[in-house]
Amino acid sequence: MNQLIEKYIKKDSLPYIFCAGCGNGIILNAAIHAIDELGIKEDTACVSGIGCSSWIPPYLNMDVMHTIHGRAIAFAEGLKLSRPEKNIIVFTGDGDCLAIGGNHLLHAANRNINITVILVNNFIYGMTGGQKSPTTPAGSRTKTSPFGALDEPLDGCGIAMSAGATYCSRWTVSHPNQLKKAIKEGILHNGFSFIEVLSQCPVQAGKSVFQERDPWNMMEAIKNNTILCKSWTPERPEGKIPIGNFKADSERQEYTDKIKNLKEQLRGMQKVTV
Amino acid sequence: MRMMKISIDKAYCKGCEICIKACPKSVFAMSEERQSFGSLIPYPAKPEKCVGCKLCEMLCPDGCINIE
Ligand SMILES: Cc1ncc(C[n+]2csc(CCOP(=O)(O)OP(=O)(O)O)c2C)c(N)n1
Ligand code: SF4
Ligand code: SF4
Ligand code: SF4
Ligand SMILES: [Mg+2]
Repeated sequence: MNQLIEKYIKKDSLPYIFCAGCGNGIILNAAIHAIDELGIKEDTACVSGIGCSSWIPPYLNMDVMHTIHGRAIAFAEGLKLSRPEKNIIVFTGDGDCLAIGGNHLLHAANRNINITVILVNNFIYGMTGGQKSPTTPAGSRTKTSPFGALDEPLDGCGIAMSAGATYCSRWTVSHPNQLKKAIKEGILHNGFSFIEVLSQCPVQAGKSVFQERDPWNMMEAIKNNTILCKSWTPERPEGKIPIGNFKADSERQEYTDKIKNLKEQLRGMQKVTV
Repeated sequence: MRMMKISIDKAYCKGCEICIKACPKSVFAMSEERQSFGSLIPYPAKPEKCVGCKLCEMLCPDGCINIE
């Protein structure tokens, strides 16, 4: 086993539940490298909801919470408010984060609460057998869109930034070093950080979205459908998905800092007796 | 250049072939050996070609590869 990964993993839970060639393990690798390079293993907690991608944190030999579908960000906010000194990383799927959990994403981003959300976008509901998700490309024949999906896919980064996320980037699993760097920056950023990773689900998305089940060929197809952009664009240049570092804004005040200030203000106030 | 020590953990490899296709120096090839799930596992066929970039370590979804 890889020596670094071994230090961070509960070995008695191995092998990972993921199918052969699933991108979840690559994202786990990048996160472990980021946490290790920052030296924050003991000061970090990882939170997830439900879905295959939500099985990323439970293997970590760290503080983890595997919660309920769509509510990973809500649990993470609660944890951050009670333990503001902890770095909180959320691992969430395109269904978990943008379908059932979309509401929590909006409000957490709007609050600019200091958590780092890693959206594992595999374009499908993997765990439940290949239903259409909010990021499934239009036209895809899935279990719940047998005649081809009618909806245009949602853009997680665009939504997070317009709701108020102050750090945002998007990479693919074929960019492990850029991804690691983005996770490090997201953790260090004092505010709501949103990192989307385009990833392969060789089983369900392989069947319904890509018509290609070989993990490497899927990785290549995903990478070739992206375009590196120096700044954020809501457009799809040449029909491709923009990737890159889109936003890092340290101006806006962070939510737990606001609460700290409020507490101090209230402490300074005289008790009023009626 | 120093010869790298390449190992693949047979207990956890799922035979996805990402390492074989990702390595810029085509170090890995499929062996005839099967692991406990029944899939074939790769082996470092040309270890002398390895440049130690560690891309295979980062891309192995099951954390099986160690390069030293
Ligand atoms: C409240 C609730 N509704 C529905 C489900 C069923 N369910 C489990 S995972 C999932 C979607 C998973 O998709 P995604 O979040 O994209 O994760 P992936 O498996 O693709 O990584 C659904 C609908 C559930 N567990 N709980
Ligand atoms: S169903 Fe898809 S997302 Fe889930 S573990 Fe298998 S390959 Fe990964
Ligand atoms: S990438 Fe890892 S799991 Fe896949 S074949 Fe290579 S060693 Fe095995
Ligand atoms: S370290 Fe680089 S060159 Fe060596 S086997 Fe891995 S991918 Fe190939
Ligand atoms: Mg998904």
